[in-house]
Amino acid sequence: MKKTGVLIISLIVVAVLSIIFAVGIGPVFVSPVTTTKVLISKIPFFGSFLPVSWDALSENIVLMLRLPRVLLGFIVGASLAVCGVTMQALVRNKLADPFILGVSSGASAFATLGMLFGAFSFLGVYSLSISAFFGAAATIIAVYVLSRHRGRINITQLLLSGVAVSMIMDGVTRIIKLSAPNALGLHNAEFWMSGSLAGAKWAYLGLPTAVLVLCMVFLMLNHRGLNLLLLGDENATSLGVNVSRLQKQLILVASLIAGATVAVSGSIGFVGLMVPHFTRLICGGDHKRVLPVSALLGGILVVWVDVAARMLLAPEELPVGVLTAVIGGPVFIALLRRNGRERG
Amino acid sequence: MRLQIKNLSYSYDNGNAIENVSLDVKRGEFVGVIGPNGGGKSTLLKNVYRALTPDSGEILLDGENVFAMPYRKTAQKMAVVGQENDVPFDFTVEEMVAMGRSPRKKLFDSDTIEDREMVHHALVHLGMENMAKRSYLNLSGGEKQRVLLARAVAQECDFFVLDEPTNHLDISYQLEIFDFIKRLDITVLAAIHDLNMAALYCDRIYVLKDGKIMLSGTPEEVFTPKNIFDIFGVYSSVAKNSENGKLTISYFSGHSSKGIH
Repeated sequence: MKKTGVLIISLIVVAVLSIIFAVGIGPVFVSPVTTTKVLISKIPFFGSFLPVSWDALSENIVLMLRLPRVLLGFIVGASLAVCGVTMQALVRNKLADPFILGVSSGASAFATLGMLFGAFSFLGVYSLSISAFFGAAATIIAVYVLSRHRGRINITQLLLSGVAVSMIMDGVTRIIKLSAPNALGLHNAEFWMSGSLAGAKWAYLGLPTAVLVLCMVFLMLNHRGLNLLLLGDENATSLGVNVSRLQKQLILVASLIAGATVAVSGSIGFVGLMVPHFTRLICGGDHKRVLPVSALLGGILVVWVDVAARMLLAPEELPVGVLTAVIGGPVFIALLRRNGRERG
Repeated sequence: MRLQIKNLSYSYDNGNAIENVSLDVKRGEFVGVIGPNGGGKSTLLKNVYRALTPDSGEILLDGENVFAMPYRKTAQKMAVVGQENDVPFDFTVEEMVAMGRSPRKKLFDSDTIEDREMVHHALVHLGMENMAKRSYLNLSGGEKQRVLLARAVAQECDFFVLDEPTNHLDISYQLEIFDFIKRLDITVLAAIHDLNMAALYCDRIYVLKDGKIMLSGTPEEVFTPKNIFDIFGVYSSVAKNSENGKLTISYFSGHSSKGIH
């Protein structure tokens, strides 16, 4: 119990430090001290005590350019990790991840539809997020139903239907793109789909943060139910879980998170797979610990991968999704091999 | 009356079914369900612990309809020990046992000292207190089974449903687990594969064959060479053990048992 508290607090410290450092790194370097000062100056009341010792350029870079991006990276990383944990409990398998099971592709397809044809424009500012949510929900339900055989999730079926659904959704996305009525929309869609945090604005942060917090509260309240689901439907039922209700709720939660995340960052793969896996290695399988630790680790990971994406080929920028795939793919293969061995 | 099953029917898509099964377990009784593979033992128990929902019929627990209860309430009244199954995620022994406490937890409840004591008590009861921090995945089959039993103990129910929990364990574990349950002095409904085990522990026995209750009664009434032949198609002799007064069944190989019945 105490050990987990220490772990979580140190991860929060690491997260804050990561955000401060990551804000400083870029074509114009801003020292962590300056970043911290700028941030503190914006805290009401406290800020007025701090003498201004930095120039307006640094303040602009920190507040307008970098901070929204870094924070968005953190929220996206945390969301993807939590979404991975949720989907793994739902299908009772470590290999579940919003990207691998095609949920990101589904969200992208629907979001592209919304972006290029204004299909969901009656929904207003959040049309992109809401269309992404419907795409995610449709995909999760499809994959879940396809891979369920006699009340059990069949792992081969799961991965194959994930691949199939994600290919269908990618195909749909291409068709939509090719028949796009306007070039500007197409350019935006291309840019966004590659899984990038570039172009982050303060306005992008609100919805994914709210969704993450709400879903996190729900999941933490249900941490016992999530643990029991991992024992299988029958065991969970006999220990007092209304399995079909909880599974429906988890589908909703995973779709909400995936939708909100994909809408702001495109599809960033493998974070939902890697982070929960390493979290379980550190602190075991209990969701009471896995959920907060995954969220923090996921956030920290994406913040730093995004720094790498900005710096590796500077001044060119790599989409962050490309880097997570390069790192995450091998982890997935290793997990798959081990999974195969355990089953003999 | 503790558990009453009235005219229960359930059928799978492929036609395998139980039909019109009625059974009751009185408070404090150890009731066994025996029968050939595919006869419906497991299906019956799964209906009792709500892993399956029957097509028709009623299940009453202390006079209350099980299907009208929230799942949490059923789990407060009835603990299930099944065969250990593969858990793809790693938990410690302690965490596995602590899961037995969850039916007593509401949404906002956190784990209390009482919960921890209950878990510890259950582990001590099964002689596993030294293994509390071990990983469940790395235990042997018999140890895993003991953990599941400790989980049921931590659940604090006085009614256990046992779904062939000792099937692939060696004889010392089988005896250990049944002895332990017998000592708990609770009400038990158990599907049992081994007729000698059933004879040793059950107060009453139901025979389930082709999805129907074929006969029921005390071990002495049920275990006659003729009945055993009717149920399983094998020849046997049944004798009373002079030391514990229990029946022992020995089987004959081949068809060399003319004159036995």
